[in-house]
Amino acid sequence: MTENKGKVVSINGNLVSVRFEGNVSMNEICYVNVDDTKLKSEVIRIRGDIAQIQVYEMTGGIKCGDDVDFTGEMLSAQLGPGLLGQIYDGLQNPLPVLAEQAGWFLERGIYADGLDTEKKWEFTPTAKIGDTLRAGEYFGTVPEGSFTHKIFVPFNLLGSYTVRSIADKGEYTVNETVAVLADERGREIPVSMSFRWPVKRAVNCYSERLAPVETMETKVRLIDSFFPVAKGGTYCTPGPFGAGKTVLQHTTSKYADVDIVIIAACGERAGEVVETLTEFPELKDPRTGRSLMERTIIICNTSSMPVASREASVYTSVTLAEYYRQMGLNVLLLADSTSRWAQALREMSGRLEEIPGEEAFPAYLESYIAAFYERAGCVLLPDGSKGSVTIGGTVSPAGGNFEEPVTQATLKVVGAFHGLSRERSDARKYPAIDPLISWSKYKTVTDSEKSEYCRNILLHGDEIGSMMKVVGEEGTSLEDYIIYLKSEMLDSVYLQQNSFDPVDANCSTARQRYVTDKLINVLGSDYALGGKDEARSFFNRMRQKFIDWNYAEFESEAFAKAEAEIDVMYADGQGKLSRKAELLLKDGE
Amino acid sequence: MIMNKVFNRIESITGNVITVRAQGVRYNELAQITTRFGKSLAQVNKIDGDIVSLQVFAGGQGVSTGDEVRFLGREMRVSFSEDLLGRIFNGSGEPRDKGPVLTENMKPIGGPSVNPTRRILANRMMRTNIPMIDMFNTLVVSQKLPIFSISGEPYNRLLARIALQAEADVIVLGGMGLKYDDFLFFKEELSNGGALSKTVMFIHTASDPTVECMMIPDMALATAEQFALQNKDVLVLLTDMTNFADAMKEIAITQEQVPSNRGYPGDLYSQLASRYEKAVDFADSGSVTVLAVTTMPGDDVTHPVPDNTGYITEGQYYLKGGRIEPFGSLSRLKQNVNGKTRKDHRALMDAMIRLYSSYKETLEKKNMGFAMTRWDEKLLKYGQLFENGLMDLSVNLSLEEALDLGWKILADCFEKDETGIKSDLTEEFWPVK
Repeated sequence: MTENKGKVVSINGNLVSVRFEGNVSMNEICYVNVDDTKLKSEVIRIRGDIAQIQVYEMTGGIKCGDDVDFTGEMLSAQLGPGLLGQIYDGLQNPLPVLAEQAGWFLERGIYADGLDTEKKWEFTPTAKIGDTLRAGEYFGTVPEGSFTHKIFVPFNLLGSYTVRSIADKGEYTVNETVAVLADERGREIPVSMSFRWPVKRAVNCYSERLAPVETMETKVRLIDSFFPVAKGGTYCTPGPFGAGKTVLQHTTSKYADVDIVIIAACGERAGEVVETLTEFPELKDPRTGRSLMERTIIICNTSSMPVASREASVYTSVTLAEYYRQMGLNVLLLADSTSRWAQALREMSGRLEEIPGEEAFPAYLESYIAAFYERAGCVLLPDGSKGSVTIGGTVSPAGGNFEEPVTQATLKVVGAFHGLSRERSDARKYPAIDPLISWSKYKTVTDSEKSEYCRNILLHGDEIGSMMKVVGEEGTSLEDYIIYLKSEMLDSVYLQQNSFDPVDANCSTARQRYVTDKLINVLGSDYALGGKDEARSFFNRMRQKFIDWNYAEFESEAFAKAEAEIDVMYADGQGKLSRKAELLLKDGE
Repeated sequence: MIMNKVFNRIESITGNVITVRAQGVRYNELAQITTRFGKSLAQVNKIDGDIVSLQVFAGGQGVSTGDEVRFLGREMRVSFSEDLLGRIFNGSGEPRDKGPVLTENMKPIGGPSVNPTRRILANRMMRTNIPMIDMFNTLVVSQKLPIFSISGEPYNRLLARIALQAEADVIVLGGMGLKYDDFLFFKEELSNGGALSKTVMFIHTASDPTVECMMIPDMALATAEQFALQNKDVLVLLTDMTNFADAMKEIAITQEQVPSNRGYPGDLYSQLASRYEKAVDFADSGSVTVLAVTTMPGDDVTHPVPDNTGYITEGQYYLKGGRIEPFGSLSRLKQNVNGKTRKDHRALMDAMIRLYSSYKETLEKKNMGFAMTRWDEKLLKYGQLFENGLMDLSVNLSLEEALDLGWKILADCFEKDETGIKSDLTEEFWPVK
């Protein structure tokens, strides 16, 4: 804490100008004193002796001449054991603790420690006196839920350090000194199990960045088979309101094949957070059998909470993600919605009277979005293990129009695009990801040729479908009509999924591969069908069989039985596998 | 600290915004300005050194540079007590009826938002006895829903019906830019229906000053919140939020803010959200449910006001052609409650909507001159019965009566297996002719 002080000279919304003495740094945290409360703020522009600060709280009651205390520190997150299972606001205040102190409402000027300072953790040293360590290497561990939480040399220590002393195995709080390190000049630095890191800087204590190659299973067929996401990759989900962005993220947060999920509810409905809060503690993590909450951190800055901390919330969440990645874990960050974050930037930019860019978004919008998504990545850590941060962001384009600046800026930097469409969601198709516009640069869980084959059926079917709207069913040849029926069937039995059904919602990779082969077998065959009516009824029945199959537990008795019924139908229709499909299926083996 | 500094020199007057040179003034503080037309409130919305900008509630018209500005040292507040019930106020909190001015137990408006960890999952149905709501898009306690509509549609009539029939302890009605006739209509309708005694009204009519329009939602919602903390289930009805957004636009442009989309300020989403998010079900107290009319200029749902609203609210009712449209409307929370009402509720709802959608297709075919099959004739009959029996806005039926009527309509038009409803339900509920 520096003794630097200033005085308020102007107030406009949550933008306050302060005349200061001494030195002030950009993005420094300061507090505005109003009556008996101190309002947390961040310096966002400095001109001469005037610093402009954005206040993270409502600014009513501030007057010119009010004192401002500068801290000399940037906005930072507290890192250490005890982050998992927490529910934070955008500034890492635990909301349940705020509720204990302030009751129903989020009264301004009340802040709490990000980590429980009373709780004792079982520390096991892994380094010896005399060891040489660098920032991001660890000297001890504590168990946190089902994870081994590594205790690091704080990321902000430059150069190498010698361990002078280290605590014995035992119980310590996060603020107790557990080791003393000496820098190259012999200066001693006591370290505890927790430290702070400025949220707007990317953690870079890794050996090298690796290409994201391993696919992250989401258990959503449409994503994993067609538009996959890699561990350490990025993807975005734009869609108009009501298209199911949040539901999709919600299911992903439940079933994704990662160690830790961080949910950043950024400027969205409070009710949705309440749903997660109510549901998650009851649900079991399918990988560990423990409560889902134990692998989850929720950062929630809902739409009615102050706008400036909404901007901070995405940085806070990505910092926590990077911290757990450093332990060799795979972390998924789900940000809902990045448009609200962009709007927060726009509001501030407007108050700063910057020259507006497209739709009044600031000119630096693109570089901010790019910098945020670039914090995802798969990295090789100093101890030789690998960790990853995957970022999935929803985008809420105005009017559902993907041409708008936030969607476009996001598309430039992500590795996969899951575009939700109004037509699909109106037709109650879930997930409403439009297979005709979406894309991914990552590796599918099935086989790229098979996935391409299926996509071609969809594309072809869609063309015939649009033609049929003009010429009618009568004007379409039986051959085309069958392709149309096949694409419709593929859509309803494979692309669509029932998120309420525990079996169907959680479709494993093995199952996706198995079902894809079966589908190619069925869709890649010619049948002895006399006319359109017969064809329609055949594929309708076939569709029903596949849907029943989807609800049966993989490799169970019911699964085998439903599959046998498909085979019987196939034989009834005198299905004959086409050459192309045959080759495709053979290649896969 | 009470500040009663008086200033006699207004530096500038632009639209509804004036500036004075003053020191020690607080952001958002209220002032009272005395003009030739009387006294008006004004609120500080910008301070730059000793230049203080205020938006004058009564508008800038007739304000003189020599008028007196007296700072009150407090923010906008609203009096709260049981005495509010049955009363009507304007956007400054002054009585619009002949009742006394209320000054006790003043509560701040536009207060902080509820801690998300103190909210509970919405899981109670709010009955309105309007079948298109109760049966097809159930309203849930603490839900926030807009009524998307178009100028000329009977949205205020719909709101009045909901006010009369809804199962709420207290109704708070906020009118923004209301035509005077509509104001009279609400007053008369509520008093004839006997609901006035559980209603508080905050009314801004089209001829009232713009700034007062902006205060209405905060006044209404702050009042509702107080009642909710007293263990009451409160229903807030707002009409029309597009006028509220337009008032914000007007002030923002006057103050030379950079507009973002069609002239609306960049914080339109946050401003609307901070109002709608006041909808809440408190863990062991009452609740606030919000229904807000949003007229869509040109029936365009991508217009910034309905578009931003759609991202905030939990679904929408779509009022078109004098009916709540079954297709555009959606209550996102209905599945939280409609599984617990009656066991045929969901299946009947799905089947009736599916058939109604087939009816629409048939109607299109008929209008294009195609021959009608026997099945088409059945659908046409069904569509008529459905529209008259359940969709008409004047229908007042409990959910159970509406479900029974639904079965009767189905039985009048179809055979059991033509409805696609599971047979164990048709066995139990199919009316015996």
